Amino acid sequence: MRVAGKGLLNTGRSVPFTFDGVRYDGIEGDTLASALLANDVKLVGRSFKYHRPRGVLSAGSEEPNALVTIGSGAQKDPNVRATVQEIHAGLQAHSQNRWPSLAFDAMAINNLAAPFLGAGFYYKTFMWPKAFWEKLYEPVIRRAAGLGGLSGENCADEYERAFAFCDLLVIGAGPTGLMAALIAARAGADVILADEDFRMGGRLLAETYEIDGLQGHLWAEQALTELGAMDNVRLMTRTSVVGVYDQGTYAALERVGHHKPHKAGPLECFWRIVAKRCVLAAGAIERPVAFRNNDRPGIMTAGAVRAYLNRWGVSPGKAVTVFGNNDDAHRTARDLLDAGVHVAALIDSRHDAPNFDGAQLMRGGQVCNASGARGIDAITVRTASGEERIRTDCLAMSGGWNPTVHLTCHMNGRPEWNREIAAFVPKPGAVPGMVTAGACNGAFSTADCLQQGIDAAKIALAELGLTAPDTALPDADDAPYRIAPLWAVAGKGRAWLDFQNDVTVKDVKQAATENFRSVEHMKRYTTQGMATDQGKSSNVGALAVLADATGRGIPETGTTTFRPPYSPVAIAALGAGGQGDGFAPQRYTTSHKASVERGAPMVEVGLWYRPSFFPKPGEKTWRQSCDREVGLVREHVGVCDVSTLGKIDIQGPDAAAFLDFVYTNMFSTLKVGRVRYGLMLREDGYVMDDGTTARLGETHFVMTTTTAAAGEVMRHLDFVHQTLCPELDVSFISVTEQWAQFAIAGPKSRDLLNGLLEAPLGEDWPFMACGSVDLMGVQGRLFRISFSGEHAYELAVPARYGAALFRELVARAEALGGGPYGMEALNVLRIEKGLLTHAELHGRITAFDLGLGRMVSAKKDCIGQTLSNRPGLKDPERERLVGLKPVGAIKQLMPGAFLFDKDAEPVRVNGQGYLTSACYSPTVGSTLALAFLKNGPERHGEVIKVVDHLRGLETLCEVVDPVFFDPAGGRARG
Amino acid sequence: MRFSGFRVLKEGLTGNKGWTPHWRDPDPKPEYDVVIIGGGGHGLSTAYYLAKEHGLTNIAVLEKGYIGGGNVGRNTTIVRANYFLDGNSEFYSHSLKLWEGLEQDLNYNVMHSQRGLINLFHSDGQRDAFARRGNAMINQGDDAVLLDRAGVEKILPYLDFDNGRFPIYGGLYHPRGGTARHDAVAWGYARGADQRGVDLLQNCEVTGIDIEGGVVNGVQTTRGAIRARKVAMVVAGRSSQVAAMAGMRVPVESHVLQAFVTEGLKPVIDHVISFGMGHFYISQSDKGGLVFGGDIDMYASYAARGNLPIVEHVMEAGMTLMPMIGKAKVLRSWGGIMDMTPDGSPVIDKTHIDGLYLNCGWNYGGFKAVPASGNCFAHLIAQDRYHPEATGFQLDRFRTGYGVIDEEGTGAQHNLH
Amino acid sequence: MRLPCPICGERDRREFYYKGAALERPAPDAGEAAWDDYVYLRENPAGDTRELWYHDGGCGAWLVVTRNTLTHAVIGAELASEAKA
Repeated sequence: MRVAGKGLLNTGRSVPFTFDGVRYDGIEGDTLASALLANDVKLVGRSFKYHRPRGVLSAGSEEPNALVTIGSGAQKDPNVRATVQEIHAGLQAHSQNRWPSLAFDAMAINNLAAPFLGAGFYYKTFMWPKAFWEKLYEPVIRRAAGLGGLSGENCADEYERAFAFCDLLVIGAGPTGLMAALIAARAGADVILADEDFRMGGRLLAETYEIDGLQGHLWAEQALTELGAMDNVRLMTRTSVVGVYDQGTYAALERVGHHKPHKAGPLECFWRIVAKRCVLAAGAIERPVAFRNNDRPGIMTAGAVRAYLNRWGVSPGKAVTVFGNNDDAHRTARDLLDAGVHVAALIDSRHDAPNFDGAQLMRGGQVCNASGARGIDAITVRTASGEERIRTDCLAMSGGWNPTVHLTCHMNGRPEWNREIAAFVPKPGAVPGMVTAGACNGAFSTADCLQQGIDAAKIALAELGLTAPDTALPDADDAPYRIAPLWAVAGKGRAWLDFQNDVTVKDVKQAATENFRSVEHMKRYTTQGMATDQGKSSNVGALAVLADATGRGIPETGTTTFRPPYSPVAIAALGAGGQGDGFAPQRYTTSHKASVERGAPMVEVGLWYRPSFFPKPGEKTWRQSCDREVGLVREHVGVCDVSTLGKIDIQGPDAAAFLDFVYTNMFSTLKVGRVRYGLMLREDGYVMDDGTTARLGETHFVMTTTTAAAGEVMRHLDFVHQTLCPELDVSFISVTEQWAQFAIAGPKSRDLLNGLLEAPLGEDWPFMACGSVDLMGVQGRLFRISFSGEHAYELAVPARYGAALFRELVARAEALGGGPYGMEALNVLRIEKGLLTHAELHGRITAFDLGLGRMVSAKKDCIGQTLSNRPGLKDPERERLVGLKPVGAIKQLMPGAFLFDKDAEPVRVNGQGYLTSACYSPTVGSTLALAFLKNGPERHGEVIKVVDHLRGLETLCEVVDPVFFDPAGGRARG
Repeated sequence: MRFSGFRVLKEGLTGNKGWTPHWRDPDPKPEYDVVIIGGGGHGLSTAYYLAKEHGLTNIAVLEKGYIGGGNVGRNTTIVRANYFLDGNSEFYSHSLKLWEGLEQDLNYNVMHSQRGLINLFHSDGQRDAFARRGNAMINQGDDAVLLDRAGVEKILPYLDFDNGRFPIYGGLYHPRGGTARHDAVAWGYARGADQRGVDLLQNCEVTGIDIEGGVVNGVQTTRGAIRARKVAMVVAGRSSQVAAMAGMRVPVESHVLQAFVTEGLKPVIDHVISFGMGHFYISQSDKGGLVFGGDIDMYASYAARGNLPIVEHVMEAGMTLMPMIGKAKVLRSWGGIMDMTPDGSPVIDKTHIDGLYLNCGWNYGGFKAVPASGNCFAHLIAQDRYHPEATGFQLDRFRTGYGVIDEEGTGAQHNLH
Repeated sequence: MRLPCPICGERDRREFYYKGAALERPAPDAGEAAWDDYVYLRENPAGDTRELWYHDGGCGAWLVVTRNTLTHAVIGAELASEAKA
């Protein structure tokens, strides 16, 4: 219910929303939780395992119970914390993990079966009969598991990622963070102040005390006004810093659009903030006390009750009881009384608790039970004089406060136990460049927080080389925080530690009995701390119970590790931009448009797109187009864009020496105006890449690489030069994208070129020649090289002329009876000639395997030369390159098939090799394949069996030389 | 204590007061026949099979922290036998067979779930490579089905078939692939070993290996010296440091591999999906969390935590492949220390020191190997002969170039895979 | 993670390619053991290590970075072409 005169919801504007289809009204500035409480809705969700009815526990992102699904359709957003979600007009919230309704949940039957569903029960059963796990048990468990559900539809919202840089990142805008930000900003530092809340001020919004004579929230407003007016300050509300990474990198999630009715712009932005220094002022999280039925709706943390009262003007009950073990709990009773709310009792487990006026104080009392399934109606209090039942509709409990140390643990820092406050505090220096201050550092009075904020800012400023202005400590509350630990109230029944995962004191004790005594074992065995709240309110309590059960102290028992993210982050935010085409760059050749216009299906080749084939009217299958294109190259002339091959321009007096070192064969002997095929090894002696390199001048080469390895080769050349031979005077640069390059292949290729070039090609243009050419006023480069076995050229022009040249070449080719050809035909042409691609050069292949052993010059050192000589790399037993031609009735061959002796059973131990490439060759009139076969070159003429289990094919083949067509090579040279 | 549904029922009715420790916490004895350094999945299964199959029970497993606290307790739980090179094929096939009877063998429900694994491919070239893999799997006696695009669409209708950066051509389906509950595997083996008399010594860090005249005779630990006839090193993530205690250098670089789990969600992904083009793989746990991961961070690290570039890359891959998971929220990320070897395949071998054995180099694929690794390593330790299904993991393959097992083909050199 | 490129200044790890331990290449005739050491065996220290990184998203320089593998602290970086012993 709302409490008249309380709260900071200034506008008072009414906002309608629905929960499980029922319309409610909240006030602008409400969270879903505060609005539901204002409407006296206590039952908000169901627990994970026992489907226990649950209400709101907290007022922050640590909430374990009040998880809801927001929206519907593709917008459906599961597991949203009602304590974080702001209401807006049209907000639709739904409860989760219940059927058929929140009030009557059939799965609550689990609650009755609880004795059989204790810690780790599933490890001990569901094993018989064996086949039943996948068929019966697991499907039942899976259906029961999970909280909310995904919509099943593709994400339709916009998400974004961004970088930010600053001198100082201040995390948390409570009194500590505000103070630190003020000092640093006044000193001129570039400051980012980030807070997960939609309104800055932290606990100042939830408390009633004053700073410098101003109400806390007004002091915060004053500080924010000052900060907001400064150019060197960025205030990031709704921004949770969720992760800490190396060298001052912080991950943060900004909730940009969740509070708006109309989703324009991104819903969330995932920030990478690089900060030279950081002040962590993340505050503290209050912890519950474990007692029987402490999970009833209406039982909340005491600080949350204060927050709802003071910030949102809501009292979660009409007759509130307060239960605590520390002075802070008294504030809740005091604030309620001041607001005119009835406080039925203040139960303080300490026998020496301070006096309290205005309500019954039960010193040394402990709440040992609560009743009211869908909303608490009474508690049982145990004191020295016996047990007493007190009627109440809200219990505010406080087991003390845990500093929010999580971010200090992201780089493996382990927090340290502080006996005085009975909590873990950050280890100093746990994160390089980060200073912790305020409540997250164990300082629980406002005065201490402000002082630590000042001190932290000064440390950061000194390290940044800036001078802190003199600042007086504001006048503020400095009441000491006194606590006497109380983790679990003894007694029968189930007392919850981890609300969401339904882990009780009994479970932790049973884990200890079963020797899961390590805190990590206990966590994993009971699932404590593994729910969506990551145990924010349960870890320390569970640890204390474990310590007690194992007879150890808390520090000896240790903690589990806090890992990123601090609070859950949507995959869509972390991967913003990746959806659809955004995952990887798209690279297009200059002929792309012309190819598409001709109806060519474009296929991915690495990041590039290349035409598969160029269909002609009447052609129904790719094979028809491919066969035609092969024929036009063999008989006339074909044109193919080969620009995707890597091109590296290499210049300098030592360029030739450098190439001798990176290639297995010699390039220093290559004449100017000539091209040579080169083989490149990795240092371990295996083939890395191949390609042709042209010598354009005495000190000028152009290397080509395969499309796939272009980047790798460039990196390799840089590596070799800079780390192994920096003394060589050579420079190189990738020019892959600067030059458009086209293959012109076929018997009429010279005719085509002579019609195009200013000066016709004479007899001084033999196979493997290269040089400059003029075509229509453009200077190009011509290489007489062939990947088809035909008389062929590759013509390169600056990329800006590529589109025009392609159209020109294709038109001229067509006039000569030829035309463009695509990847399919290119593949057939090269298989017919036994030429290699990455199907063969797959990383496990040696020069020896390819029959190119002699290309590894023994006269010089080169990368990979030494290790290529290891016996294992040139053993004749290795699988080595051969050609295959079918001889039996079945002629079909598919890459990926295995080779066996003719009469051998097709099992692994009989394997003789495998197929890498296969095609139907219209030129040879047969299916052809390239394969690697044990002792291959020695087995030409043998008939072997090719087995493709996957496609049910078994084919007999003759082993032949891998060059199927024109083995003498006369066509290319002629 | 034997576990059963009946036992759970009985305990439930009597207040769950009868449960006993899964394993003892004994004090170290002065001497053992075999000391196993490392209480992770592989070390525990080694101890289990030594006791079960080789009659050796005077064994200790030394663990510097708590058992199962290494990579067996932090992985994406995938179990598969879809390798294609000799050495790997027979070994992982052997492992999968052990998985298939593991619950009954251990009397512990490790929740091995053969829900099927699909490796997607996105080009003709990739299909050819997966065809070779699938045929190799069938050659080995395992199961594989080559799916075309329509076949994938039928079982994974929620993938983005229309807009993804790399269109889906098809997939290699491995019906017997799946997942298991990782912690339970460690605990099941630990309990089984303990029941057979193996001493599990937690918080017992090895600080030295005693070698005399080329023969090992014990170890120094934080809980005192322990003599042993045989010492086995099974310490993925710390292999280089422990091997150094024996004066050895191993072909291992330690890298961090991150993995992620989302909040619990109602069932939406029923298979294990591997998207090689994006270095992304995903399944959904029985608790409802989406469990997924990607590539290693690509720098040497012992920090057991990673950095954002890989985090974001993994999420981008998820978004291009299956944008329906966008609203799933990542709950927790973690990093494990991987023993990366040059060829991506492990080592199960003797060393040049008599009585000292080495099991390391599981790269990012050690979880599925846990049963066979322990089984074959136990065989080697007990009999000083390679197990017939694990003859390929020898240490000197790099030096000689014989039998290098480079599944990825990215190069049998460090940092290329 | 961020690395200090001597040419470009501190840059995000995204801009760099990692190669591994910075080792000296043996002579071709250094023998099997030396080559096994260079290509395969690793010190793999849990602590400070000297390693090669390539600024491929920046200036194209190969760097020798001294970095701690336990903490990821970067102690320094120099150009590989100048670091060569």
